[in-house]
Amino acid sequence: MTTLTKEAGTPSPAGAGTLLSVRDLHVSFKTEDGIVKAVNGLSFDLQRGRTLGIVGESGSGKSVTNLTVLGLHNPQFTTVEGEILLEGQELTTARESELEKLRGNKVAMIFQDPLTALSPYYTVGRQIAEPYMKHNGASKRAAWDRAVEMLGKVGIPNPKERAKDYPHQFSGGMRQRAMIAMALVCDPDLLIADEPTTALDVTVQAQILDLLKDLQQEFGTGIIFITHDLGVIADMADDIMVMYAGGAVERGTVDEVLRSPQHPYTWGLLNSMPRLDADLDAPLEPIPGAPPSLLTPPSGCPFHPRCTFQDRVEFRDRCVDVRPLLGPDRGSACHLTAEQKRTIFIEEIKPRLG
Amino acid sequence: MKEDLVLPSPRETAEGAAREPLLDVSGLTKHFPVKGGFPIRRTVGHVQAVDGVDLTVHVGESFGLVGESGCGKSTTGRLITRLLEPTSGTISYRGQDISRASRKELAPIRSEIQMIFQDPYSSLNPRQTVGKIISNPMEINGIEPEGGREKRVRELLEIVGLNPEHFNRFPHEFSGGQRQRIGVARALALEPKLIVADEPVSALDVSIQAQVVNLLQKVQKELGIAFLFIAHDLAVVRHFSQRVAVMYLGKIIEVGDRDSIYTRPRHPYTHALLSAVPEVNLSDEDTGGRERIRLAGDVPSPISPPSGCRFRTRCWKAQDKCATEEPPLIQISGNRAGHLTACHFPEEPTIEARDEDIVLDPALAALEESED
Repeated sequence: MTTLTKEAGTPSPAGAGTLLSVRDLHVSFKTEDGIVKAVNGLSFDLQRGRTLGIVGESGSGKSVTNLTVLGLHNPQFTTVEGEILLEGQELTTARESELEKLRGNKVAMIFQDPLTALSPYYTVGRQIAEPYMKHNGASKRAAWDRAVEMLGKVGIPNPKERAKDYPHQFSGGMRQRAMIAMALVCDPDLLIADEPTTALDVTVQAQILDLLKDLQQEFGTGIIFITHDLGVIADMADDIMVMYAGGAVERGTVDEVLRSPQHPYTWGLLNSMPRLDADLDAPLEPIPGAPPSLLTPPSGCPFHPRCTFQDRVEFRDRCVDVRPLLGPDRGSACHLTAEQKRTIFIEEIKPRLG
Repeated sequence: MKEDLVLPSPRETAEGAAREPLLDVSGLTKHFPVKGGFPIRRTVGHVQAVDGVDLTVHVGESFGLVGESGCGKSTTGRLITRLLEPTSGTISYRGQDISRASRKELAPIRSEIQMIFQDPYSSLNPRQTVGKIISNPMEINGIEPEGGREKRVRELLEIVGLNPEHFNRFPHEFSGGQRQRIGVARALALEPKLIVADEPVSALDVSIQAQVVNLLQKVQKELGIAFLFIAHDLAVVRHFSQRVAVMYLGKIIEVGDRDSIYTRPRHPYTHALLSAVPEVNLSDEDTGGRERIRLAGDVPSPISPPSGCRFRTRCWKAQDKCATEEPPLIQISGNRAGHLTACHFPEEPTIEARDEDIVLDPALAALEESED
């Protein structure tokens, strides 16, 4: 990676409504093969009560970023640089005891696979009640009642009886509902949902997504929603951040990113995605090549080895030598000029999308 | 699903035979026994994975099979390739009944029906080189292509877009998308007439997925191979298949040409499936949108499926008749030929937004009620 003396984009200082702000985050892991730079100079903000969708392919660093927010990485092999501020509290240097007070209370997480994320040894009700007892000092009885109430809220039929069941007695969709109940039991300010519906069937996925949206309205939670599915993002998010090889390449509101995308990688994602309303005569346009190895990330723009628009950049070498920066607001990390991005999208990309 | 069955003689050429059935499946059933009890373990029930499936795949056609997990689509694929023994029903390939054929009788047919698997990591032997993996089927079937097997392997690698020089490498040296290409090359090695592709792209990233879909499409069109394309992703199936069947709990509930299924579906479940697909609306103007249907709960257990129509427990139109009488798979008036639906009370053939959303999920309904 080119050494970045100037940090990539300094989003405006945390405003009043800012819940979480991540500044120039670098995360790397020591492995047998070398150092994996999983996240590379990432900055973003999440406003209270809004949903930030993070989209990217496997290995783009989207999950690692959010594990780091909760301090769930293994400190023995991980180096974290940069700042993660939750309502002004620095999390990267926070002690374990401080993080413990936050987890499940102010910050909660929903994982992809509810069967491995729930403990098979305890009843569902007990697992939901536990964080409530710990953080709110509630009695066993009160916490159990709260768990039953939450299960009812997320749509488990007959919650009083089902709270006594073990996770294996629940179906996939119900387990994910139980996970949501557990995450929301302490009324968190921030909810991190890491591919929460990827393991579910489409009809169940639709139920869960709508449920999350409705509950967010009720609880006013800020959500970071991680997925690889642009359709899900379009449905859920207010703002989108597109990640590639450990960094953000484009950000903006849902409408901005999906209707007038600026980055060649975003164009590639849209072009390669089969849609129900797409023109059938037009073949899918895959992005050539494969995602880069994070052991030896490409120099300059991480997307340059797969980019088909490099030759339009005035000084082509810039793509190879200089990593383009992404500002705090609507924008994309690409050396093409704003005018070029606009015309290429309107003239070449949009017609193909139909 | 059984159209007038004029069985072609096996030697008939593929020429002008767009409607010639290649594979004809009728009444296909697979029940897996469930063992339980103590101290003597006995069969206590059956998972009715596939229960009376009829379908026809024509020469050179791509037939899509969609459904949610546990609906029996993969089992159907495995029955057709005879990786599993059917409980009952017939599978006829080019007019020859292969549902009970012995190993010996099957040998010549096995080379014509090939399979591509979902997981490119577990479907390739890690101890064999790519060259060995691809030439294995030729060896087993005693095929000596012109110029030798190695030359043929190189050709195949080139067809699927891999570097022919890599035939001495091992699977772990390739990425997921490349491995799936190796799987495709292996399936092509015997010049099959039918490929059963079981979720061939669902383990891959979007940008790679498109590469493999395009490759399969190229193979299908250029080599005229018929595909049974099994997937849960409705958009991918729409892209790849000319005809599509929708499965629910071991039965086909609707089948028809692509256009009919995706724009004029009649079965409530097809409506619910289509409305549940999250979509990116890329057009600038608001196009009214699609209907919104949110079912309640999950798919019931296939061990004791509901009586009558299997979808009735989650259906908003269900009446007493649905519980007592199983709806036959028939052509409903107004549908195109070949568009069959199994429903007593079919829906209007449109996917436009309704006046009122159908929300069956109790939690959702309650939350939305309180918002209004």
